[in-house]
Amino acid sequence: MSVVRTAFSNTGNLPRRKLVGRIFFGLFLTATLLAIGVLFVLGWDIISDGGSWLNRNFIQSFPSRRPEIAGIRPALIGTIWIMLLTAAFAFPIGVGAAIYLEEYSGKGWISRIIELNISNLAGVPSIVYGLLGLGVFVEVMRLGPSILAGALTMTLLILPIVIIASREAIRAVPDSLRQAALALGGTRWEATKSHVLPAAMPGILTGTILALSRAIGETAPLIVVGAVTYANFSPSGLDSVFTVLPLQIFDWSSRPQDDFQRIAAAAIIVLLALLMTMNLAAILLRNRFRKNQNW
Amino acid sequence: MARDATSSLPPQDVSGAAPSWAAGRSLRGASENRLGERVIRGLLMFCGLLSVATTFAIVAVLIGETARFFAEVSPIDFFTGTEWAPTFTPAKFGVLPLLVGTLQIALIAICISIPIGLASAIYLSMYAPERVRSILKPALEVLAGIPTVVYGYFALTFITPNIVQRIFEDARVFNALSAGIAVGIMTIPMVSSLSEDAIQAVPRSLRDGALALGATKFEVSTKVMVPAALSGIMASIILAFSRAIGETMIVALAAGATPKFTFNPLESIQTMTGFIVQISLGDTPRGTLEYKTLFAVGFTLFLLTLMMNTLSLWLTSKFREEYE
Repeated sequence: MSVVRTAFSNTGNLPRRKLVGRIFFGLFLTATLLAIGVLFVLGWDIISDGGSWLNRNFIQSFPSRRPEIAGIRPALIGTIWIMLLTAAFAFPIGVGAAIYLEEYSGKGWISRIIELNISNLAGVPSIVYGLLGLGVFVEVMRLGPSILAGALTMTLLILPIVIIASREAIRAVPDSLRQAALALGGTRWEATKSHVLPAAMPGILTGTILALSRAIGETAPLIVVGAVTYANFSPSGLDSVFTVLPLQIFDWSSRPQDDFQRIAAAAIIVLLALLMTMNLAAILLRNRFRKNQNW
Repeated sequence: MARDATSSLPPQDVSGAAPSWAAGRSLRGASENRLGERVIRGLLMFCGLLSVATTFAIVAVLIGETARFFAEVSPIDFFTGTEWAPTFTPAKFGVLPLLVGTLQIALIAICISIPIGLASAIYLSMYAPERVRSILKPALEVLAGIPTVVYGYFALTFITPNIVQRIFEDARVFNALSAGIAVGIMTIPMVSSLSEDAIQAVPRSLRDGALALGATKFEVSTKVMVPAALSGIMASIILAFSRAIGETMIVALAAGATPKFTFNPLESIQTMTGFIVQISLGDTPRGTLEYKTLFAVGFTLFLLTLMMNTLSLWLTSKFREEYE
């Protein structure tokens, strides 16, 4: 501890050291508040730009070359399609992988490889998933730039998040529940299906909703897969070309006219409202889970 | 200073103990070998292996198209050329302007996210009362949940005209500085959250010992806690850097689309991700050189972020050993 002694033992300059401490406390607090402040500036900027453009017509209309009659209908419907399809793919696969890792695999080499792999996948830039989707789903599987190719790409993107969240929820289920089921003669799958999964389900759903909210905010992979920036029709099926809200926002923001930037802001308000609703649902689910938890 | 023991761990931390009976084969009766049970086991294993298949597919797709790209363009020209004009005739395939643009954005970003993120981490872990912390920490994390296209809009319509062009009159409408600042804001929660976890993981006795010796809270923070948590803090910074390298929509909107070999942050530039977006917005049939160029740039990006992430994981695991 000699370093500490030479650093702190000189008490002659205590008032100065206390002053330095107070100054830096001020700096630390200012930096923290600055970061939070950005959040308010961002919110204010978007609402003041786009708030007055937001109305029923804006939600129900198709995009147009004239900003005053343009709307987000195809983009909003595209986002909902992508969200539902991605959930339909990512939920069973993610939960299945989590069950395998937590309940079946033990600590063998397979689970070690899968684990390492998942933590690596979580760090791959989202646009690289777009290239994967373009190479595999669009070209090799010949799905074209369709909603299905987009949703499959998004599935791979959020799968690591769903698996990690589901594993945490499954691990939180006490062992006694499993052992009770096994002691009564249940098989491993029966114990998992009837006891572990129901107990872990609120946690799994919370994690899945949060992962989906990540997916509907993503733009880059879908651009690479071939989603269009201008669609004057709503998607009609799995093989339909499509656009999504963030892509519509990107397109309008990148135009030089002020009015297009305003409707981009209005579309941002819709996107953020959707995200906030999903996050709120996740928080409510988690809180209900905590209240009912009796172990 | 009562501490919340359930402070969030980095998301990579999934290696918990398996349930006691998962390892114990002796418990498995004949019923475990029924056909249905085996089918289900196989299905679940398939789900797990799908993530491994994803990695292989990423690497295979990237390497396959990149190899085809290098059959037409010399790797030496690609990695040393200072001109990037793949859609012009004659086409120039020097990736350095894109690389410099990408690193410039990432450097500007961490110049924002390191000081602010680290200061918040120190404030939250050393100074903030529990109630304040329970409000500020989630509020900070909201910054990470905002879609990046929204930051792009903010950079283009707010940061550029109201901040950057006010200070530097000769800044372009599209410039690296505004995009870098926005990417920096986006990565603040990554630095603050992971650094705070690292500081929390320093044994309490170190902090108490320094305080008992008469150090002020500031001295304890900067001379004891931060040095002890340094590898974790470094890991968080590298992760933020890697995230900034891969960031796409902010730079596509605010940094411009002119690949230029420049170190001037007020100029319009292009990053690797920005290039991929620009080309993808057009029509690129498979087999064309443009299509292959996408993958060559994507592969460069993938290798760069993989290196960063591996370094960060290695630092984190080294740091864990110290206190276990």
